[in-house]
Amino acid sequence: MLHIVNKSPFQTSTLQSCLRMAQAGHALLLTEDAVYAATTGTAWTEQVRQACAKLKVYALQPDLDARGLTAKLIDGVSLVDYGGFVDLTVEHPTSHAWL
Amino acid sequence: MKKFMFVNRKAPYGTVYALESLEVVLITATFDQDVSLVFIDDGVYELVKGQQTKGIGVKNFSPSYRALEGYDVEKLYVDQASLSARGLTEADLLVPVQVLDAQAMGQLMAEQDVILSF
Repeated sequence: MLHIVNKSPFQTSTLQSCLRMAQAGHALLLTEDAVYAATTGTAWTEQVRQACAKLKVYALQPDLDARGLTAKLIDGVSLVDYGGFVDLTVEHPTSHAWL
Repeated sequence: MKKFMFVNRKAPYGTVYALESLEVVLITATFDQDVSLVFIDDGVYELVKGQQTKGIGVKNFSPSYRALEGYDVEKLYVDQASLSARGLTEADLLVPVQVLDAQAMGQLMAEQDVILSF
């Protein structure tokens, strides 16, 4: 299944709850303020790196570009554009947009 | 003249708080008040260099922080712990700021007449 998170991990517990429940092989797409979780050197970097070993982790590039942090992307997180976002929702029979 | 502090604690674009704060700051400055801007928690992300918003179809308002100087708004303070937790340093920011620890920030807050939180 596909998990979609759009909140900053520093502001809400959304990403934390999602990572607790996501199962090996699931996909995680970070959008809007959740893309801050996909950047290096933060208090969340290690946890997201670990998640990359278990899940396929994606970040929406237009949201990273808007926030000026595309260059700080964690290795192991894949960038997608809006077309890629649509493809992910089609590939996975179940999606959960964690709000 | 009153001392006004604007406390910014939200990332830009995900919510409208950052932009709304900036607009109120500019209005306050027009009335010739003593204005300080403080960036704490995700608010530090408002000042990150190199924001390119074309892809999300939203106006990039980050250059406005550089224009604040022209309105005599020159007191910008950033919380050290918030920067470090996000892997950022002053070099990642688009304007000159003063980086403060929590104690200095708390003292600065206590000196204000009005504090507005965004």
